[in-house]
Amino acid sequence: MIEISHVNKHYGAFQVLTDCSTTVAKGEVIVVCGPSGSGKSTLIKTVNGLEPFQSGTIMVDGISVGAPSTDMPKLRARVGMVFQNFELFPHMSITENLTIGQIKVLNRSKEEAMATGLKLLDRVGLKAQAAKFPGQLSGGQQQRVAIARALSMNPICMLFDEPTSALDPEMVNEVLDVMVELAHEGMTMMCVTHEMGFARKVANRVIFMDQGHIIEDATKDDFFGTPRGERAQQFLSKILSH
Amino acid sequence: MDYHWNWGIFFVQVQNGDETYLDWLINGFGWTVAVSVSAWIIALSLGSVIGTLRTTTRPWVVMLGNTWVECFRNVPLLVQMLLWFFVVPELLPKDLSMWVKQDMPAKEFITATLCLGLFTSARIAEQVRAGIQSLPRGQHYAGMAMGFTTPQTYRYVLLPMAFRIIIPPLTSEFMSVFKNSSVAFAISVLELTFVSRQMQEDSEQGIETYVAVTALYFLCAFIANRVMSFIDKRTRVPGYVSAK
Ligand SMILES: Nc1ncnc2c1ncn2[C@@H]1O[C@H](COP(=O)(O)OP(=O)(O)OP(=O)(O)O)[C@@H](O)[C@H]1O
Ligand SMILES: [Mg+2]
Repeated sequence: MIEISHVNKHYGAFQVLTDCSTTVAKGEVIVVCGPSGSGKSTLIKTVNGLEPFQSGTIMVDGISVGAPSTDMPKLRARVGMVFQNFELFPHMSITENLTIGQIKVLNRSKEEAMATGLKLLDRVGLKAQAAKFPGQLSGGQQQRVAIARALSMNPICMLFDEPTSALDPEMVNEVLDVMVELAHEGMTMMCVTHEMGFARKVANRVIFMDQGHIIEDATKDDFFGTPRGERAQQFLSKILSH
Repeated sequence: MDYHWNWGIFFVQVQNGDETYLDWLINGFGWTVAVSVSAWIIALSLGSVIGTLRTTTRPWVVMLGNTWVECFRNVPLLVQMLLWFFVVPELLPKDLSMWVKQDMPAKEFITATLCLGLFTSARIAEQVRAGIQSLPRGQHYAGMAMGFTTPQTYRYVLLPMAFRIIIPPLTSEFMSVFKNSSVAFAISVLELTFVSRQMQEDSEQGIETYVAVTALYFLCAFIANRVMSFIDKRTRVPGYVSAK
């Protein structure tokens, strides 16, 4: 589904991604972790072309990301993305947030978009909030709406960039529950997260990044079970200890 | 002070004509409103486009927009008015130049409106740019990630919020347009300031004249302010606390 091969990216002289390669097969859940500034957000944003890269290739569903012949808006519409700060559109009601993409990008009718939107809203447990605006919801609720908004486009895969790290602790689980459910339904997911409980529960593989390199790319059992690189160990012991 | 007060002056006929001074003021007020509102329409449309272009990623487009803003912001409005009226027509191709100087209808009005519109567009462009750039970067990403094209991202995601954020500076700009339109008197547009000087000389009732004119400008700015705060209330986003 997603094939990242030998991707390099730099800002001026600063190398953000160095020779990154990995794949996410259909139905797989991959967790990406690593210290701050290691390039996780950058990597995940290159997958749908939000960040350009200088060399290497990324294929999503057989389509080359960033190639001149690729219709990027069309490709992005098929890849759902959830951000650390939710990024709902603040001037639109929850239902408008859930329907605008369907109407303007997928050319669905208002009624059809509304039906899909409400169904998804119900699924993330927020049907009662339909008429509200993002600013009137809690962080956890906003993030669930953001997931529903991404799903409203019927994505072939989902990208998550630290979806729970801007949340108060008591709201983390309501968002993770939605993500776990998605994973169980067979959604292809690439998640930047430090929620190792989530990784244990649903991840197929865990990727560890440091200073722009992918230094571990292991199955969940290997990652958590057998000895691994020193940097990853240090990092894991730090995030697991609190 | 032995000033001869005459508040009835407005209903007195002017020296060489059958209108009253009130007719003059009403006419002047009409031209002031016409110049200001037309200039505002030009300024808002052009300023929005240029402000938006200045936030894009094409360096030459950004540079063009920046140059526009610098040119119109760095020269006094009065000088610009005179330049447009006396200098620009000379620079046009010969036939066009002749036409502008001799046959163009409402020459003073069009020149003043264009000048004030372009001048204000530069200021609005600056505010629109600042408004867009004050939005979290993630909003742009979120729009693009939905599958919106860049124009759609601006249309549905960035501009609606940017304009809401810049309503306060836009309000002052809208009020300024009315006040700045007084500069059009320099090229003999028969607007309020022009008319007031005429009336003062003709009637020799300077105080009454300028009190009335002051009140009329005040009224314009006041209405402009009310209109903008009405728009502000109507477009306010429930639960939104200003962007970080
Ligand atoms: N526009 C930019 N210009 C220059 N450097 C940048 C830019 N964006 C990101 N970087 C740098 O690239 C590196 C990787 O950033 P990235 O956001 O991908 O890290 P991250 O792993 O997601 O970190 P975090 O856990 O803090 O989110 C960082 O060192 C960052 O400073
Ligand atoms: Mg990040």
